Amino acid sequence: MKLESKCPTGPIETRWDRYRFETKLINPANKRKYTILVVGTGLAGASAAASLAELGYCVKAFCYQDSPRRAHSISAQGGINSAKNYRNDGDSVYRLFHDTVKGGDYRARESNVYRLAQVSLNVIDQCVAQGVPFARDYGGLLDTRSFGGAQLQRTFYARGQTGQQLLLGAYAALVRQIGLGTVEMFPRTEMLDVVVVDGRARGIVTRDMVTGAIESHHGDAVCLATGGYANVFFLSTNAKGCNTTAIWRAYKKGAAFANPCFTQIHPTCIPVTGDHQSKLTLMSESLRNDGRIWVPKNKGDKRSAGQIPENERDYFLERRYPAFGNLVPRDVASRAAKERCDAGHGVGPTGLGVFLDFTESIGRLGKHVIEERYGNLFQMYEKITGENPYESPMRIFPAAHYTMGGLWVDYNLMSTIPGLYVLGEANFSDHGANRLGASALMQGLADGYFVIPYTIGDYFGNTKLDKLDTSHPEFTKVKQEVNDRTKRLLALRGKRTVDSLHRELGLLCWEKCGMGRNEKQLKEALAAIPGIRAEFWKNAMVPGSGNDLNQALERAGRVADFLEFAELMVADALERRESCGGHFREESQTEEGEAKRDDENYSHAAVWEYQGEGKAPLLHKEQFTFEYAKPSQRSYK
Amino acid sequence: MNLTLKVWRQKGPQGTGPKDKGRMVTYDAPGISPDMSFLEMLDIVNAKLELAGEEPIAFDHDCREGICGTCSLMINGIAHGPDAGTTACQLHMRRFSDGDTIYIEPWRARAFPVLKDLIIDRSAFDRIMQAGGFISVNTGGTPDANCLPVSKEKAELSMDAAACIGCGACVASCKNASAMLFVSAKVAQFAYLPQGQPERYDRVQKMIATMDHEGFGNCTNQGECEAVCPKEIKMTNIALMNRDFLVAVATAGARQVS
Repeated sequence: MKLESKCPTGPIETRWDRYRFETKLINPANKRKYTILVVGTGLAGASAAASLAELGYCVKAFCYQDSPRRAHSISAQGGINSAKNYRNDGDSVYRLFHDTVKGGDYRARESNVYRLAQVSLNVIDQCVAQGVPFARDYGGLLDTRSFGGAQLQRTFYARGQTGQQLLLGAYAALVRQIGLGTVEMFPRTEMLDVVVVDGRARGIVTRDMVTGAIESHHGDAVCLATGGYANVFFLSTNAKGCNTTAIWRAYKKGAAFANPCFTQIHPTCIPVTGDHQSKLTLMSESLRNDGRIWVPKNKGDKRSAGQIPENERDYFLERRYPAFGNLVPRDVASRAAKERCDAGHGVGPTGLGVFLDFTESIGRLGKHVIEERYGNLFQMYEKITGENPYESPMRIFPAAHYTMGGLWVDYNLMSTIPGLYVLGEANFSDHGANRLGASALMQGLADGYFVIPYTIGDYFGNTKLDKLDTSHPEFTKVKQEVNDRTKRLLALRGKRTVDSLHRELGLLCWEKCGMGRNEKQLKEALAAIPGIRAEFWKNAMVPGSGNDLNQALERAGRVADFLEFAELMVADALERRESCGGHFREESQTEEGEAKRDDENYSHAAVWEYQGEGKAPLLHKEQFTFEYAKPSQRSYK
Repeated sequence: MNLTLKVWRQKGPQGTGPKDKGRMVTYDAPGISPDMSFLEMLDIVNAKLELAGEEPIAFDHDCREGICGTCSLMINGIAHGPDAGTTACQLHMRRFSDGDTIYIEPWRARAFPVLKDLIIDRSAFDRIMQAGGFISVNTGGTPDANCLPVSKEKAELSMDAAACIGCGACVASCKNASAMLFVSAKVAQFAYLPQGQPERYDRVQKMIATMDHEGFGNCTNQGECEAVCPKEIKMTNIALMNRDFLVAVATAGARQVS
């Protein structure tokens, strides 16, 4: 396998422009001869499907939800970054690019990130034109706020529901095309495999989640926009249905997987209350604009927050990082909270929590201002915990949230399978080892609206694709494989629920491959995962049949893939013997406990190639070069 | 606490013959913690069913944080249950007491056929959106975002309407199974914004025509929809929609000429 990033060269400011000029164009009358399959309808998938259909391509779009409007992008709360510089506070495309590369701890490709920063300008224009009701100032112009890892206000938002509003914007563009007949939509349909013919992605095999029918779809290119794999931890902020199946199946068909160990643990989530917990709820990072994070100075102090006097409180982020204070990037904030809890200063019944306190800002700005900014988040917190955050501080703890790793893609967003594109969180390309807040929405929409429409045309223009349909033997073969696998799952009649096995895997990954990682624990995890997998295939219980709506079967298929994927994630974490971003190897830290990179040996993407069942995957490396954002020890002090 | 559940079980989609005969089935739910969410309580009941080799109760859910709009349970006769402004997934068991009997049913409306147990087909909502729930702009070529000032007041009203999550509780709770709260929320979101003006009257006509075609009923101003809406969408949006519809019908000829 040869990894060619295909990045343009020359001055970084002009790379994307020159690339666009050099791409082959497809004449409008010919575009309708191409069929593109788009899997997933979150920000990246919906925006891609709509934009490609507008250009004239035939598009088929698939999602497992009952409507494309429900993809998990909808849960993003805080905002979307853009280098508009409407604030006159010193922002620029170059600065957003630089902040993103630095925030990612110098483990992302410069050309991709620069392009992302450039098109971030268009993304905001596009969303406003679609009627996305962003927050505005009294003069009627757009308002912005701060997010972690940046010292300026470049984050556009729609209350605490920015993801929802952006997704509904993309959904509106998508349904418009569905209505026009240019997109054929398949809701409640799960992709179970990709079909590769003569080395090119030419189709997918899906399951109709209502009738159980296994079906094949052929096309000239396939776009996966199926999100991340944070549910490998079982407890995460992802929706229950989020899964790794699409990208994992693609990996097993030859798409290389990059940096699977780069996972983001979000610092501000509601702490776990008990074994019944089915998911974790995020409290937007935007809360750190006005909330102050602290723990008691005394170990094991069980007094309520109000009873702890000011001089016995440790505002540990402000203490350790005076320049950025509570707005340090997520990885830094999460580790600092863990460090305090490990040292015995944690709060709440489990001791796994820190306070997020609004007393000071409510006093300074008034309750109504805080309510206007975060009302829905405060309400959500109260619903879940039964505590009123206007009166006593929130308790928060880090939780698995986002995954920077994903399928390897080149500058065109194409994976190592020609014709297979990967968009949004599902790819690895832009966030390095740590994603900055409000950058996921930016990337999803950038990929879908403004990147894929250009790059996919270049592929069609340069490639002679044979006519084929689903009668091709390869389709029959893959469909048979999917059918066999479904039968195997349905034959499981053991004594454990699929959820209990998923929980066991998740806890193992969280404890040994979570916020802190070391060689010993990673090796223990590697040794333990095959055992859980064997237990699954021996002792799991999957009731019901394959011929109708069967949620137990859906879960089983996804967990089976997580059980395979987890091993790759842990192996990658073991292989990367440096700390960077969200990947904290305890062996590699500075004297002050900060992540210590090893640029000499690890300034690369670790790219894994599948070698077959039971064989160790082959590691390739894409070396990063930094011509503009020169790597330095990341400091937020 | 220990609870008794009465749950609607239905093997297959409506109109598929013998499989669509649903019924209420009783289940015990012992040892429920007040910190659990309502859906986590169902998870526990389902785990027990699964281990007994029975099919778990099928129910729709995804984000479990009240924003995706997937969950859709009629709990003790109230869409999304007893808490105002709350989806079923955000309802917590501390709201119930030991010994309670809880009735759990799917949304019921002609336009929302049951697929299985508590899962319904809401694709009619998507078809209403396809008819006009958008502003017709293609990707690219849009003006700078700050070219078009929107007063803060209008932006806030637009956002209030845009908060709709499309769950369908409004339809489920309406005796006419009217979708007017849902449709009017989208109509209002765009009516308050300058971007929404060029298609304003076409949009309202097309969306209402599709709404009627899909078999949703009319509004008789009873307000059940607003009372159960987890996002507290206001009925004033329906008034706005009715007014826009009236203007649209009255000016249809003139608009065609211009």
